[in-house]
Amino acid sequence: MSETAIELDVLKTAERWAGEGRSLALATVIETWGSAPRPTGSHLVIDAEGNFEGSVSGGCVEGAVVAEAIDVIEAGAPKILEFGVADETAWRVGLSCGGRIRVYVERVA
Amino acid sequence: MDRTLLAALNEERAARRAAVVVTELATGRQRLVRESEVGGDPLADPIEKAIRSGKSGIAETGAGEVFLNAHLPPARIVAIGAVHISQALAPMAKIAGFDFEIIDPRTAFATPERFPGAVLTAEWPEDVLKARPLDAYTAVCVITHDPKIDDHPLISALKAGCFYVGALGSRKTHARRVERLIGAGIPQSSIDRIEAPIGADIGASTPGEIAVAILASVIEAFRKRKMFAERRGEKEPA
Repeated sequence: MSETAIELDVLKTAERWAGEGRSLALATVIETWGSAPRPTGSHLVIDAEGNFEGSVSGGCVEGAVVAEAIDVIEAGAPKILEFGVADETAWRVGLSCGGRIRVYVERVA
Repeated sequence: MDRTLLAALNEERAARRAAVVVTELATGRQRLVRESEVGGDPLADPIEKAIRSGKSGIAETGAGEVFLNAHLPPARIVAIGAVHISQALAPMAKIAGFDFEIIDPRTAFATPERFPGAVLTAEWPEDVLKARPLDAYTAVCVITHDPKIDDHPLISALKAGCFYVGALGSRKTHARRVERLIGAGIPQSSIDRIEAPIGADIGASTPGEIAVAILASVIEAFRKRKMFAERRGEKEPA
């Protein structure tokens, strides 16, 4: 309930962008462990130029997801990404909260 | 995701109906399962569970991992009555994350000056609800004190299975209301769903405090998933 009231509707944005003929990928949080910032089901939509709306982690790993999404748009095959463990790597990628998330990235076509 | 599937999903969301996107992670194969189609789906059980809990997640199946993304309509609160309590409830409901709207045909009450930024309709509830019907993901608070305005949306709320139904008024006022509802053919089990006096029993006195009490009750009903009849202990629809 809480997100819909304040955030832009990612899926409507995706439909609109697709209607404009833009090439898109949709990223979705499919699994979380520990204190992940966004719940499963959260979406991020990305176009081929790297524009995006929504979030899969509240800002921590979006940069990495956008880069992977551009590959998915070009290659066509979906990808599963995994981020975050409670160590130095996680801090660097951004999940400093110690959470772990799995993100499914697919092309919208 | 197929664009047709995306459009169909958005159509369900716009119509305030639950739907689940099923994705086979190994193959990328995907399908949309509407609330009305769950029973016929091979994954009916986990899909049903995702809708009931409102939680998306992975299900292990014969075909490997499958992700079930449950899309439920956003919760909203409809307040019948552009009264002092609604003035406090409007910003609070928004902060708590609910869509919020007020309906009151009395134009002296329902003015934008009294409700800056709120969705406000100065028409009879029966007319408004015809265009924007109530549903299970809606909480209804009737707070005008006036049966001419309150009774119709109250009955509509019970029939629609709204996840929360509250009515302002003393026990005496409510006893008279119950008589009217019985007279209108509403079963006692439905009438029992009405929270009256409205709001959590915290001794609220001022309009602001009553708004807090109402919101507490609405949040409780929402988080306990009272949009599902069996969670309300109901077997038959009103």
